[in-house]
Amino acid sequence: MQYMLLIYDNENNKPAPDEMNKLYQEYGAFTQSITKSGNFNAGAPLQPTSTATTVRVRDSKTLTIDGPFAETKEQLGGYYLIEAENLDQAVAIAARIPSARFGSIEVRPVMKMG
Amino acid sequence: MANAALEQLYREDYGRIVAAVIRLVGDFDLAEEAIHDAFAAALEQWPRDGIPASPRAWIVGAARHKAIDRIRRRGRLDGKLREISVLSVLEDSVDGAGNDDINDSVPDDRLRLIFTCCHPALALETQVALSLRTLCGLTTEEIARAFIVPATTMAQRLVRATRKIRAARIPYEVPPDDLLPERLQAVMAVIYLIFNEGYSATSGAALVRADLCAEAIRLGRILHELIPENSETRGLLALMLLHDARRDARLTGEGDLVLLEEQDRARWNPAQIREGLALTTTSMRSTEPGPYTIQAAIAAMHSRSPAAADTDWRAIAALYGLLARIQPSPVVELNRAVAIAIADGPERGLSLIDAIEARGELRDYHLLWSARADLLRRLGRWREAREAYSSALALVTDEPQRRFLRRRLDEVNLRERSS
Repeated sequence: MQYMLLIYDNENNKPAPDEMNKLYQEYGAFTQSITKSGNFNAGAPLQPTSTATTVRVRDSKTLTIDGPFAETKEQLGGYYLIEAENLDQAVAIAARIPSARFGSIEVRPVMKMG
Repeated sequence: MANAALEQLYREDYGRIVAAVIRLVGDFDLAEEAIHDAFAAALEQWPRDGIPASPRAWIVGAARHKAIDRIRRRGRLDGKLREISVLSVLEDSVDGAGNDDINDSVPDDRLRLIFTCCHPALALETQVALSLRTLCGLTTEEIARAFIVPATTMAQRLVRATRKIRAARIPYEVPPDDLLPERLQAVMAVIYLIFNEGYSATSGAALVRADLCAEAIRLGRILHELIPENSETRGLLALMLLHDARRDARLTGEGDLVLLEEQDRARWNPAQIREGLALTTTSMRSTEPGPYTIQAAIAAMHSRSPAAADTDWRAIAALYGLLARIQPSPVVELNRAVAIAIADGPERGLSLIDAIEARGELRDYHLLWSARADLLRRLGRWREAREAYSSALALVTDEPQRRFLRRRLDEVNLRERSS
Protein backbone atom coordinates (compact mmCIF):
# COMPACT_ATOMS: atom_id res chain seq x y z
CA MET A 1 0.00 0.00 0.00
CA GLN A 2 1.22 3.49 -0.86
CA TYR A 3 1.60 6.31 1.62
CA MET A 4 2.51 9.93 1.01
CA LEU A 5 4.79 11.36 3.66
CA LEU A 6 4.46 15.16 3.64
CA ILE A 7 7.32 16.92 5.36
CA TYR A 8 6.43 20.14 7.14
CA ASP A 9 8.85 22.44 8.89
CA ASN A 10 9.39 26.12 9.48
CA GLU A 11 11.20 27.29 6.37
CA ASN A 12 12.17 30.55 8.10
CA ASN A 13 14.30 28.71 10.65
CA LYS A 14 17.12 27.80 8.35
CA PRO A 15 19.89 25.79 10.01
CA ALA A 16 23.50 27.00 9.84
CA PRO A 17 25.40 25.86 6.69
CA ASP A 18 27.31 23.06 8.41
CA GLU A 19 24.14 21.79 10.04
CA MET A 20 22.44 22.00 6.67
CA ASN A 21 25.18 19.85 5.15
CA LYS A 22 24.74 17.29 7.89
CA LEU A 23 20.99 17.27 7.28
CA TYR A 24 21.48 16.72 3.54
CA GLN A 25 23.74 13.80 4.32
CA GLU A 26 21.18 12.33 6.66
CA TYR A 27 18.50 12.69 4.00
CA GLY A 28 20.80 11.01 1.51
CA ALA A 29 21.40 8.08 3.85
CA PHE A 30 17.69 7.79 4.68
CA THR A 31 16.63 7.82 1.02
CA GLN A 32 19.25 5.22 0.19
CA SER A 33 18.12 3.02 3.05
CA ILE A 34 14.42 3.03 2.10
CA THR A 35 15.36 2.49 -1.53
CA LYS A 36 17.35 -0.56 -0.56
CA SER A 37 14.48 -1.90 1.58
CA GLY A 38 12.09 -1.49 -1.36
CA ASN A 39 9.89 1.12 0.34
CA PHE A 40 10.92 4.12 -1.79
CA ASN A 41 8.71 5.16 -4.71
CA ALA A 42 9.48 8.84 -5.10
CA GLY A 43 10.51 11.86 -3.12
CA ALA A 44 11.98 15.33 -3.40
CA PRO A 45 12.49 18.55 -1.48
CA LEU A 46 10.45 21.56 -2.59
CA GLN A 47 11.51 25.16 -3.18
CA PRO A 48 10.27 27.50 -0.39
CA THR A 49 6.68 28.77 -0.33
CA SER A 50 7.92 32.17 -1.54
CA THR A 51 8.16 30.48 -4.94
CA ALA A 52 4.63 29.02 -4.72
CA THR A 53 1.75 29.92 -6.98
CA THR A 54 -1.83 28.96 -6.25
CA VAL A 55 -4.18 28.31 -9.15
CA ARG A 56 -7.97 28.17 -9.16
CA VAL A 57 -10.41 27.92 -12.04
CA ARG A 58 -13.73 29.66 -11.44
CA ASP A 59 -16.34 30.17 -14.14
CA SER A 60 -13.80 28.79 -16.61
CA LYS A 61 -11.40 31.57 -15.68
CA THR A 62 -7.98 30.73 -14.32
CA LEU A 63 -7.07 32.72 -11.23
CA THR A 64 -3.41 32.75 -10.38
CA ILE A 65 -2.29 33.97 -6.99
CA ASP A 66 1.17 34.43 -5.61
CA GLY A 67 1.90 32.36 -2.52
CA PRO A 68 0.92 29.05 -0.96
CA PHE A 69 -2.63 27.75 -0.60
CA ALA A 70 -2.63 28.48 3.13
CA GLU A 71 -0.40 30.42 5.47
CA THR A 72 0.77 28.04 8.16
CA LYS A 73 3.42 27.97 10.88
CA GLU A 74 5.11 25.00 9.25
CA GLN A 75 5.23 24.70 5.51
CA LEU A 76 5.27 21.76 3.13
CA GLY A 77 8.95 21.42 2.32
CA GLY A 78 9.22 18.04 0.65
CA TYR A 79 7.68 14.62 0.32
CA TYR A 80 8.26 10.93 0.01
CA LEU A 81 5.97 8.49 -1.69
CA ILE A 82 6.54 5.12 -0.08
CA GLU A 83 5.28 1.58 -0.18
CA ALA A 84 4.47 0.13 3.24
CA GLU A 85 2.71 -2.90 4.64
CA ASN A 86 0.41 -0.91 6.92
CA LEU A 87 0.18 2.32 8.92
CA ASP A 88 2.57 1.09 11.61
CA GLN A 89 5.28 0.52 9.04
CA ALA A 90 4.56 3.86 7.34
CA VAL A 91 4.78 5.66 10.69
CA ALA A 92 8.04 3.89 11.52
CA ILE A 93 9.51 5.08 8.21
CA ALA A 94 8.14 8.61 8.69
CA ALA A 95 9.80 8.75 12.10
CA ARG A 96 13.17 8.16 10.43
CA ILE A 97 12.87 11.24 8.20
CA PRO A 98 15.50 13.67 9.56
CA SER A 99 13.04 16.60 9.67
CA ALA A 100 10.73 14.63 11.98
CA ARG A 101 13.06 15.69 14.80
CA PHE A 102 12.13 19.37 14.47
CA GLY A 103 9.24 19.49 11.96
CA SER A 104 6.18 17.30 11.40
CA ILE A 105 5.48 14.50 8.97
CA GLU A 106 1.93 14.00 7.79
CA VAL A 107 1.26 10.41 6.75
CA ARG A 108 -1.49 10.05 4.16
CA PRO A 109 -2.62 6.80 2.57
CA VAL A 110 -2.77 7.08 -1.20
CA MET A 111 -6.18 6.26 -2.64
CA LYS A 112 -6.14 3.26 -4.94
CA MET A 113 -7.86 3.98 -8.24
CA GLY A 114 -9.49 1.35 -10.38
CA MET B 1 -35.19 -19.52 26.28
CA ALA B 2 -33.62 -18.84 22.92
CA ASN B 3 -34.10 -15.11 23.31
CA ALA B 4 -32.49 -15.10 26.74
CA ALA B 5 -29.58 -17.15 25.41
CA LEU B 6 -29.13 -14.68 22.56
CA GLU B 7 -29.23 -11.71 24.87
CA GLN B 8 -26.65 -13.26 27.14
CA LEU B 9 -24.47 -14.14 24.17
CA TYR B 10 -24.68 -10.58 22.89
CA ARG B 11 -23.94 -9.13 26.29
CA GLU B 12 -21.03 -11.38 27.19
CA ASP B 13 -19.49 -12.44 23.93
CA TYR B 14 -19.99 -9.58 21.50
CA GLY B 15 -16.32 -8.59 21.72
CA ARG B 16 -15.14 -12.11 20.97
CA ILE B 17 -17.56 -12.44 18.10
CA VAL B 18 -16.61 -9.12 16.52
CA ALA B 19 -12.94 -9.92 16.91
CA ALA B 20 -13.32 -13.29 15.22
CA VAL B 21 -15.50 -12.00 12.38
CA ILE B 22 -13.24 -9.01 11.68
CA ARG B 23 -10.36 -11.41 11.28
CA LEU B 24 -12.42 -13.57 8.91
CA VAL B 25 -13.77 -10.77 6.73
CA GLY B 26 -11.00 -8.23 7.21
CA ASP B 27 -13.29 -5.24 7.60
CA PHE B 28 -14.84 -3.56 10.65
CA ASP B 29 -18.07 -2.31 9.07
CA LEU B 30 -18.75 -5.46 7.14
CA ALA B 31 -18.15 -7.54 10.26
CA GLU B 32 -20.61 -5.51 12.31
CA GLU B 33 -23.28 -5.66 9.62
CA ALA B 34 -22.80 -9.39 9.18
CA ILE B 35 -23.01 -10.02 12.91
CA HIS B 36 -26.20 -8.02 13.02
CA ASP B 37 -27.59 -10.24 10.24
CA ALA B 38 -26.44 -13.35 12.07
CA PHE B 39 -28.19 -12.34 15.29
CA ALA B 40 -31.33 -11.56 13.31
CA ALA B 41 -31.17 -15.04 11.75
CA ALA B 42 -30.63 -16.62 15.16
CA LEU B 43 -33.63 -14.78 16.54
CA GLU B 44 -35.68 -16.47 13.86
CA GLN B 45 -34.12 -19.93 13.86
CA TRP B 46 -33.19 -20.71 17.46
CA PRO B 47 -36.72 -20.62 18.90
CA ARG B 48 -37.75 -23.00 16.12
CA ASP B 49 -34.72 -25.31 15.84
CA GLY B 50 -33.30 -25.05 19.34
CA ILE B 51 -30.17 -23.41 20.69
CA PRO B 52 -27.06 -24.74 18.92
CA ALA B 53 -24.44 -26.63 20.91
CA SER B 54 -21.95 -23.79 20.54
CA PRO B 55 -23.95 -20.57 20.19
CA ARG B 56 -20.92 -18.37 19.67
CA ALA B 57 -19.46 -20.56 16.94
CA TRP B 58 -22.89 -20.61 15.31
CA ILE B 59 -23.05 -16.81 15.23
CA VAL B 60 -19.48 -16.46 13.95
CA GLY B 61 -20.14 -19.04 11.23
CA ALA B 62 -23.44 -17.44 10.28
CA ALA B 63 -21.85 -13.99 10.22
CA ARG B 64 -19.18 -15.25 7.86
CA HIS B 65 -21.84 -16.49 5.44
CA LYS B 66 -23.81 -13.27 5.81
CA ALA B 67 -20.67 -11.30 5.02
CA ILE B 68 -20.16 -13.34 1.85
CA ASP B 69 -23.81 -12.72 0.94
CA ARG B 70 -23.35 -9.02 1.43
CA ILE B 71 -20.22 -8.90 -0.72
CA ARG B 72 -21.96 -10.92 -3.44
CA ARG B 73 -24.90 -8.55 -3.34
CA ARG B 74 -22.57 -5.62 -3.72
CA GLY B 75 -21.07 -7.44 -6.69
CA ARG B 76 -17.62 -6.99 -5.30
CA LEU B 77 -16.14 -10.35 -6.14
CA ASP B 78 -12.67 -9.10 -5.40
CA GLY B 79 -9.82 -10.16 -3.20
CA LYS B 80 -11.94 -9.87 -0.10
CA LEU B 81 -14.14 -12.78 -1.16
CA ARG B 82 -11.19 -14.91 -2.08
CA GLU B 83 -9.76 -14.25 1.32
CA ILE B 84 -12.99 -15.34 2.97
CA SER B 85 -13.11 -18.49 0.88
CA VAL B 86 -9.64 -19.47 1.93
CA LEU B 87 -10.43 -18.84 5.56
CA SER B 88 -13.75 -20.57 5.40
CA VAL B 89 -12.00 -23.71 4.26
CA LEU B 90 -9.87 -23.46 7.34
CA GLU B 91 -12.84 -22.86 9.51
CA ASP B 92 -15.07 -25.51 7.99
CA SER B 93 -12.60 -28.05 9.21
CA VAL B 94 -13.10 -26.65 12.68
CA ASP B 95 -16.88 -26.45 12.31
CA GLY B 96 -16.81 -30.07 11.19
CA ALA B 97 -15.46 -31.06 14.57
CA GLY B 98 -18.64 -29.57 15.93
CA ASN B 99 -17.15 -28.29 19.13
CA ASP B 100 -15.65 -25.23 20.73
CA ASP B 101 -12.28 -25.53 18.99
CA ILE B 102 -13.19 -22.45 17.03
CA ASN B 103 -12.71 -20.47 20.21
CA ASP B 104 -9.07 -21.38 20.55
CA SER B 105 -8.07 -18.66 18.15
CA VAL B 106 -10.42 -16.15 19.67
CA PRO B 107 -8.32 -14.73 22.51
CA ASP B 108 -5.75 -13.67 19.92
CA ASP B 109 -8.49 -12.06 17.89
CA ARG B 110 -9.67 -9.97 20.78
CA LEU B 111 -6.14 -8.92 21.60
CA ARG B 112 -5.68 -7.83 17.99
CA LEU B 113 -8.94 -5.93 18.19
CA ILE B 114 -7.96 -4.14 21.42
CA PHE B 115 -4.75 -2.93 19.83
CA THR B 116 -6.55 -1.77 16.70
CA CYS B 117 -9.21 0.10 18.68
CA CYS B 118 -6.57 1.79 20.83
CA HIS B 119 -4.22 2.63 17.97
CA PRO B 120 -2.49 5.97 18.56
CA ALA B 121 -3.40 7.08 15.03
CA LEU B 122 -6.98 7.40 16.31
CA ALA B 123 -8.02 10.26 18.58
CA LEU B 124 -8.25 9.24 22.24
CA GLU B 125 -12.01 9.87 22.40
CA THR B 126 -12.37 7.69 19.32
CA GLN B 127 -10.27 4.93 20.89
CA VAL B 128 -12.59 4.98 23.87
CA ALA B 129 -15.76 4.93 21.77
CA LEU B 130 -14.48 2.24 19.44
CA SER B 131 -13.43 0.01 22.34
CA LEU B 132 -16.82 0.33 24.00
CA ARG B 133 -18.60 -0.34 20.74
CA THR B 134 -16.63 -3.27 19.37
CA LEU B 135 -15.25 -4.93 22.50
CA CYS B 136 -18.10 -4.30 24.92
CA GLY B 137 -20.95 -4.29 22.42
CA LEU B 138 -22.41 -1.00 23.63
CA THR B 139 -24.66 0.63 21.08
CA THR B 140 -23.75 3.95 19.55
CA GLU B 141 -26.65 5.51 21.48
CA GLU B 142 -25.39 4.11 24.79
CA ILE B 143 -21.89 5.46 24.21
CA ALA B 144 -23.28 8.83 23.14
CA ARG B 145 -25.37 9.02 26.31
CA ALA B 146 -22.42 8.05 28.49
CA PHE B 147 -20.27 10.83 27.06
CA ILE B 148 -23.10 13.35 26.70
CA VAL B 149 -22.76 13.90 22.99
CA PRO B 150 -25.55 13.66 20.41
CA ALA B 151 -25.96 10.15 18.98
CA THR B 152 -25.35 11.50 15.47
CA THR B 153 -21.99 12.94 16.56
CA MET B 154 -20.98 9.63 18.08
CA ALA B 155 -22.15 7.73 14.99
CA GLN B 156 -20.06 10.02 12.78
CA ARG B 157 -17.06 9.59 15.02
CA LEU B 158 -17.33 5.81 14.77
CA VAL B 159 -17.87 5.84 11.02
CA ARG B 160 -14.83 8.06 10.55
CA ALA B 161 -12.81 5.73 12.75
CA THR B 162 -13.66 2.55 10.85
CA ARG B 163 -13.09 4.40 7.58
CA LYS B 164 -9.66 5.49 8.74
CA ILE B 165 -8.79 1.99 9.93
CA ARG B 166 -9.54 0.71 6.45
CA ALA B 167 -8.16 3.58 4.34
CA ALA B 168 -4.93 4.11 6.28
CA ARG B 169 -4.63 0.38 6.90
CA ILE B 170 -4.28 0.50 10.64
CA PRO B 171 -3.09 -3.05 11.24
CA TYR B 172 -5.36 -5.64 12.84
CA GLU B 173 -2.61 -7.32 14.76
CA VAL B 174 -0.80 -7.51 18.05
CA PRO B 175 2.07 -5.00 17.71
CA PRO B 176 5.59 -6.37 17.24
CA ASP B 177 7.75 -6.65 20.35
CA ASP B 178 9.46 -3.29 19.87
CA LEU B 179 6.13 -1.44 19.84
CA LEU B 180 4.30 -3.62 22.35
CA PRO B 181 5.17 -1.90 25.66
CA GLU B 182 4.19 1.52 24.32
CA ARG B 183 0.97 0.23 22.75
CA LEU B 184 0.03 -1.70 25.84
CA GLN B 185 0.37 1.56 27.77
CA ALA B 186 -2.07 3.17 25.33
CA VAL B 187 -4.56 0.32 25.75
CA MET B 188 -4.37 0.52 29.54
CA ALA B 189 -4.76 4.29 29.41
CA VAL B 190 -7.98 3.91 27.41
CA ILE B 191 -9.37 1.33 29.82
CA TYR B 192 -8.49 3.45 32.85
CA LEU B 193 -9.97 6.53 31.20
CA ILE B 194 -13.25 4.69 30.68
CA PHE B 195 -13.16 3.62 34.32
CA ASN B 196 -12.45 7.10 35.61
CA GLU B 197 -15.11 8.61 33.42
CA GLY B 198 -17.53 6.28 35.15
CA TYR B 199 -16.04 6.60 38.62
CA SER B 200 -15.44 10.30 39.03
CA ALA B 201 -18.68 11.21 37.30
CA THR B 202 -17.48 14.46 35.76
CA SER B 203 -20.92 14.84 34.23
CA GLY B 204 -24.08 12.98 33.41
CA ALA B 205 -26.43 10.56 35.08
CA ALA B 206 -25.00 8.28 37.77
CA LEU B 207 -26.50 5.08 36.38
CA VAL B 208 -24.80 5.29 33.00
CA ARG B 209 -21.55 6.01 34.78
CA ALA B 210 -21.63 2.82 36.84
CA ASP B 211 -22.02 0.96 33.56
CA LEU B 212 -18.82 2.53 32.31
CA CYS B 213 -16.97 1.23 35.38
CA ALA B 214 -18.32 -2.26 34.76
CA GLU B 215 -17.28 -2.09 31.10
CA ALA B 216 -13.80 -0.88 31.99
CA ILE B 217 -13.41 -3.75 34.45
CA ARG B 218 -14.60 -6.15 31.76
CA LEU B 219 -11.97 -4.79 29.36
CA GLY B 220 -9.36 -4.96 32.12
CA ARG B 221 -10.26 -8.60 32.68
CA ILE B 222 -9.95 -9.39 28.99
CA LEU B 223 -6.57 -7.70 28.81
CA HIS B 224 -5.30 -9.47 31.92
CA GLU B 225 -6.63 -12.78 30.65
CA LEU B 226 -4.86 -12.24 27.31
CA ILE B 227 -1.55 -10.97 28.72
CA PRO B 228 -1.50 -12.72 32.09
CA GLU B 229 2.25 -12.48 32.54
CA ASN B 230 2.20 -8.67 32.60
CA SER B 231 2.13 -7.28 36.13
CA GLU B 232 0.65 -3.96 35.05
CA THR B 233 -2.40 -5.45 33.31
CA ARG B 234 -3.00 -7.28 36.59
CA GLY B 235 -2.35 -4.11 38.57
CA LEU B 236 -4.81 -2.14 36.47
CA LEU B 237 -7.54 -4.73 36.98
CA ALA B 238 -6.84 -4.79 40.73
CA LEU B 239 -6.92 -1.01 40.93
CA MET B 240 -10.31 -0.81 39.22
CA LEU B 241 -11.79 -3.63 41.29
CA LEU B 242 -10.69 -2.09 44.58
CA HIS B 243 -12.01 1.36 43.73
CA ASP B 244 -15.23 0.08 42.24
CA ALA B 245 -15.81 -2.04 45.37
CA ARG B 246 -16.44 1.21 47.26
CA ARG B 247 -18.97 2.53 44.77
CA ASP B 248 -22.12 1.94 46.87
CA ALA B 249 -20.57 3.47 49.97
CA ARG B 250 -19.23 6.45 48.08
CA LEU B 251 -22.53 8.22 47.46
CA THR B 252 -25.51 8.83 49.72
CA GLY B 253 -29.03 8.04 48.57
CA GLU B 254 -29.26 11.63 47.40
CA GLY B 255 -26.13 11.23 45.32
CA ASP B 256 -23.89 13.16 47.69
CA LEU B 257 -20.24 12.26 47.98
CA VAL B 258 -19.07 10.43 51.10
CA LEU B 259 -15.38 10.78 51.94
CA LEU B 260 -13.32 7.63 52.25
CA GLU B 261 -12.87 8.10 55.99
CA GLU B 262 -16.62 8.48 56.51
CA GLN B 263 -17.72 5.59 54.33
CA ASP B 264 -19.62 2.65 55.79
CA ARG B 265 -17.08 -0.05 55.05
CA ALA B 266 -19.67 -2.78 55.52
CA ARG B 267 -21.09 -1.60 52.23
CA TRP B 268 -17.89 -2.22 50.33
CA ASN B 269 -18.12 -5.16 47.95
CA PRO B 270 -16.21 -7.97 49.73
CA ALA B 271 -15.91 -10.28 46.72
CA GLN B 272 -14.39 -7.55 44.58
CA ILE B 273 -12.03 -6.56 47.38
CA ARG B 274 -10.87 -10.17 47.85
CA GLU B 275 -10.16 -10.49 44.16
CA GLY B 276 -8.50 -7.07 43.98
CA LEU B 277 -6.28 -7.77 47.00
CA ALA B 278 -5.13 -11.12 45.63
CA LEU B 279 -4.24 -9.53 42.29
CA THR B 280 -2.44 -6.66 44.01
CA THR B 281 -0.34 -9.00 46.14
CA THR B 282 0.79 -10.97 43.08
CA SER B 283 1.47 -7.79 41.14
CA MET B 284 3.53 -6.16 43.89
CA ARG B 285 5.85 -9.19 43.83
CA SER B 286 7.06 -8.02 40.45
CA THR B 287 10.66 -6.78 40.50
CA GLU B 288 9.60 -3.36 39.24
CA PRO B 289 5.99 -2.62 40.14
CA GLY B 290 4.49 -0.15 37.65
CA PRO B 291 2.21 2.80 38.34
CA TYR B 292 -1.08 0.87 38.14
CA THR B 293 0.24 -1.76 40.53
CA ILE B 294 1.40 0.86 43.03
CA GLN B 295 -1.93 2.66 42.85
CA ALA B 296 -3.65 -0.68 43.43
CA ALA B 297 -1.39 -1.21 46.44
CA ILE B 298 -2.47 2.18 47.78
CA ALA B 299 -6.14 1.33 47.29
CA ALA B 300 -5.45 -2.03 48.96
CA MET B 301 -4.14 -0.26 52.09
CA HIS B 302 -7.62 1.20 52.51
CA SER B 303 -9.39 -2.02 51.60
CA ARG B 304 -7.44 -3.90 54.25
CA SER B 305 -8.31 -1.44 57.03
CA PRO B 306 -11.49 -2.47 58.89
CA ALA B 307 -11.99 1.16 59.97
CA ALA B 308 -10.65 4.47 58.67
CA ALA B 309 -8.70 4.95 61.91
CA ASP B 310 -6.75 1.72 61.27
CA THR B 311 -5.33 3.04 58.00
CA ASP B 312 -1.56 2.97 57.78
CA TRP B 313 -1.06 6.43 56.29
CA ARG B 314 2.69 6.27 56.63
CA ALA B 315 2.77 3.23 54.36
CA ILE B 316 0.44 5.02 51.94
CA ALA B 317 2.70 8.08 51.92
CA ALA B 318 5.65 5.79 51.16
CA LEU B 319 3.78 4.20 48.26
CA TYR B 320 2.98 7.65 46.87
CA GLY B 321 6.66 8.47 47.19
CA LEU B 322 7.49 5.37 45.16
CA LEU B 323 4.86 6.34 42.59
CA ALA B 324 6.25 9.88 42.36
CA ARG B 325 9.68 8.46 41.57
CA ILE B 326 8.58 6.30 38.64
CA GLN B 327 5.85 8.64 37.39
CA PRO B 328 6.53 12.16 38.63
CA SER B 329 3.37 14.27 38.72
CA PRO B 330 2.07 17.09 40.89
CA VAL B 331 -1.17 15.14 41.48
CA VAL B 332 0.84 12.28 43.00
CA GLU B 333 2.74 14.86 45.10
CA LEU B 334 -0.58 16.24 46.28
CA ASN B 335 -1.81 12.81 47.33
CA ARG B 336 1.44 12.17 49.12
CA ALA B 337 1.05 15.48 50.95
CA VAL B 338 -2.44 14.52 52.07
CA ALA B 339 -1.22 11.12 53.34
CA ILE B 340 1.63 12.79 55.24
CA ALA B 341 -0.81 15.33 56.70
CA ILE B 342 -2.87 12.51 58.17
CA ALA B 343 0.16 10.56 59.37
CA ASP B 344 2.26 13.44 60.71
CA GLY B 345 -0.21 16.28 61.22
CA PRO B 346 -1.85 18.90 59.00
CA GLU B 347 1.01 21.38 59.22
CA ARG B 348 3.51 19.15 57.43
CA GLY B 349 0.96 18.34 54.74
CA LEU B 350 0.10 21.99 54.33
CA SER B 351 3.70 23.03 53.74
CA LEU B 352 4.01 20.33 51.05
CA ILE B 353 0.81 21.51 49.35
CA ASP B 354 1.99 25.12 49.51
CA ALA B 355 5.24 24.04 47.86
CA ILE B 356 3.29 22.48 44.98
CA GLU B 357 1.21 25.63 44.62
CA ALA B 358 4.31 27.85 44.85
CA ARG B 359 5.70 26.02 41.81
CA GLY B 360 2.59 27.21 39.98
CA GLU B 361 1.30 23.66 39.58
CA LEU B 362 -2.29 22.49 39.97
CA ARG B 363 -3.63 25.99 40.53
CA ASP B 364 -6.59 25.09 38.32
CA TYR B 365 -7.17 21.76 40.06
CA HIS B 366 -10.03 21.87 42.53
CA LEU B 367 -8.60 19.03 44.61
CA LEU B 368 -5.50 21.07 45.45
CA TRP B 369 -7.73 23.75 46.92
CA SER B 370 -10.11 21.35 48.65
CA ALA B 371 -7.16 19.46 50.20
CA ARG B 372 -5.61 22.73 51.35
CA ALA B 373 -8.98 23.89 52.67
CA ASP B 374 -9.44 20.66 54.60
CA LEU B 375 -6.06 20.97 56.35
CA LEU B 376 -6.70 24.64 57.21
CA ARG B 377 -10.09 23.63 58.60
CA ARG B 378 -8.44 21.00 60.79
CA LEU B 379 -6.02 23.65 62.01
CA GLY B 380 -8.93 25.98 62.81
CA ARG B 381 -7.65 28.63 60.39
CA TRP B 382 -11.20 29.43 59.33
CA ARG B 383 -10.66 32.50 57.14
CA GLU B 384 -7.95 30.82 55.02
CA ALA B 385 -10.04 27.64 54.88
CA ARG B 386 -13.00 29.64 53.60
CA GLU B 387 -10.86 31.19 50.85
CA ALA B 388 -9.50 27.81 49.81
CA TYR B 389 -12.99 26.25 49.72
CA SER B 390 -14.15 29.15 47.55
CA SER B 391 -11.25 28.58 45.14
CA ALA B 392 -12.12 24.87 44.98
CA LEU B 393 -15.79 25.65 44.34
CA ALA B 394 -14.89 27.97 41.48
CA LEU B 395 -13.04 25.13 39.75
CA VAL B 396 -15.14 22.02 40.48
CA THR B 397 -17.35 20.68 37.67
CA ASP B 398 -19.33 17.75 39.04
CA GLU B 399 -22.43 18.12 41.17
CA PRO B 400 -21.77 15.78 44.14
CA GLN B 401 -18.34 17.34 44.70
CA ARG B 402 -19.80 20.82 44.41
CA ARG B 403 -22.46 20.04 47.03
CA PHE B 404 -19.83 18.56 49.33
CA LEU B 405 -17.60 21.65 49.09
CA ARG B 406 -20.63 23.91 49.56
CA ARG B 407 -21.48 22.13 52.83
CA ARG B 408 -17.91 22.45 54.09
CA LEU B 409 -17.80 26.13 53.13
CA ASP B 410 -21.02 26.81 55.06
CA GLU B 411 -19.59 24.99 58.06
CA VAL B 412 -16.36 26.99 57.96
CA ASN B 413 -18.32 30.22 57.55
CA LEU B 414 -20.28 29.46 60.72
CA ARG B 415 -17.15 28.65 62.68
CA GLU B 416 -15.44 31.81 61.47
CA ARG B 417 -18.33 33.97 62.63
CA SER B 418 -18.62 32.28 66.01
CA SER B 419 -14.87 32.42 66.68
